[in-house]
Amino acid sequence: MVHDALTGFRTLLYKEVLRFWKVGFQTVGAPVLNALLYLLIFSHVLDRHVTVYGEVAYTAFLVPGLVMMSLLQNAFANSSSSLIQSKITGNIIFVLLPPLSYREFYAAYVIASVLRGLFVGMGVLLVSLPFVDLPIAAPGWIFAFGLMGGAILGSLGVIAGIWADKFDQLAGFQNFLIMPLTMLSGVFYSIRSLPDFWQKVSHINPFFFMIDGFRYGFFGQSDVSPWLSLAVVGICFVFLAVLTLAMLARGYKLRA
Amino acid sequence: MTVPAIRITSATKRYGSLQALAGVDLEVAQGEFFGLLGPNGAGKTTLISALSGLVRPDGGTFEIMGFNVVSDYRNARRNLGVVPQELVFDPFFSVRELLRIQSGYFGIRNNDDWIDEILASLDLTAKAGANMRMLSGGMKRRVLVAQALVHRPPVIVLDEPTAGVDVELRQGLWQFIRKLNRDGHTIVLTTHYLEEAETLCGRIAMLKSGRVVALDTTENLLRRFASHALSVRLERPEAAAALGGTVTAGGWADFPLDRYEDLEPLLARLREAGVRILELRMGEADLERVFVEVMNGA
Repeated sequence: MVHDALTGFRTLLYKEVLRFWKVGFQTVGAPVLNALLYLLIFSHVLDRHVTVYGEVAYTAFLVPGLVMMSLLQNAFANSSSSLIQSKITGNIIFVLLPPLSYREFYAAYVIASVLRGLFVGMGVLLVSLPFVDLPIAAPGWIFAFGLMGGAILGSLGVIAGIWADKFDQLAGFQNFLIMPLTMLSGVFYSIRSLPDFWQKVSHINPFFFMIDGFRYGFFGQSDVSPWLSLAVVGICFVFLAVLTLAMLARGYKLRA
Repeated sequence: MTVPAIRITSATKRYGSLQALAGVDLEVAQGEFFGLLGPNGAGKTTLISALSGLVRPDGGTFEIMGFNVVSDYRNARRNLGVVPQELVFDPFFSVRELLRIQSGYFGIRNNDDWIDEILASLDLTAKAGANMRMLSGGMKRRVLVAQALVHRPPVIVLDEPTAGVDVELRQGLWQFIRKLNRDGHTIVLTTHYLEEAETLCGRIAMLKSGRVVALDTTENLLRRFASHALSVRLERPEAAAALGGTVTAGGWADFPLDRYEDLEPLLARLREAGVRILELRMGEADLERVFVEVMNGA
């Protein structure tokens, strides 16, 4: 028997990763297939008609957006579904009874979400490669935005999972907030192709900056400066991390 | 002086208009087998939840083995094992995986020797690799006990652990819990099966509306509230009241007796009053009677 200060956190992280890995067909395989279908359909319809940033083929433009969209949605799904299932079945007490701090709780759920997001994102990227010639201009940006985007959505998932008392409320959060913000963030189009008003509206959607910065890592081009995107994404992450930690520290809806 | 296993001081908790805990003071010594009884809504589960950190009390302090459950929650929780009332489980994992994970949460790695020992004691060895969904209710209940024990806590709280459990499993479970108590673990039990509490617990607290309304050794409670009772079915049951009896259903009346020596004078009084006895039985004092008296009197 070995005691170790970090074992509690590591175990919770391991459990959260094992939880989605055990149902990998559903948690990794299905979103990869979904993204592949998007790619096949949109590229078939639009590839010969549309180019972006001057010379980038539409299919090539689309792939980073699909990768990031899948990464974000699955990072959110991981923490939110795990928490709501645990709350509804009651087994959340097995995490609340041990001597885990709220920071360890937060870190474990968010890191597991980032990992699932990255797995799915890499899966989408791998299955897309046979269909597209994709440059990688600045891998550091790809990694930074992938990580930050996963952490933001993982944190949002923790908030939604704690706040929701039933699956219906969680589905509302996902369908009426996460999904529209993702779909309207420039996954399928460059905001330069939008009318002026809608370009401005896009700039208040933080998901746009995640995807635009991520795309910069592939093409070395983006709708706005990657530094601006990084700043927006960084501020969003800090805000959500502080909010989530405050909820957990208070025991909001977890420790009545 | 050894610290108490549990010390609760002036605990209060309110849920909206419901005062779940209204100033509870309680101390449980190390090594005790302690019973926490009360009707539904008395505050037992709230008290246990506050002790284990699942509920934040509005006031008062809770200590486990001298560690405050808020300011020193890590040490407090390491010293406490809780068997929850509900049959909850994580459907993704096998029994062994769950126990390894639970050990890890408490900061313990490489705990397989102890896990094997618990599995054997609870007759779960053959089910170690089975997914929780495949187990019967009784098996799941045993896994909950195993989960509470993985970190070898000196204090174990069992919140109605035998609710809905068959007789055989209940006996086996109590045998195991008794052994833990003999080995030095402090046991706190809440149950609606009063005969269980009477047999197992050395000391009992009774809660009503968030207050402790009785706290004593089981023996003293039995002696203090009712030692024996004579139940008789009478031709004219209405006559019982004048002789100190309580009329119950079906023409029966109960007469409390402090000692067996009081039986003969009571029968003589009934004869003198011309009340004919149709049936007669002696009742020993039991916790149920005490419970009813305490709850009615409180």
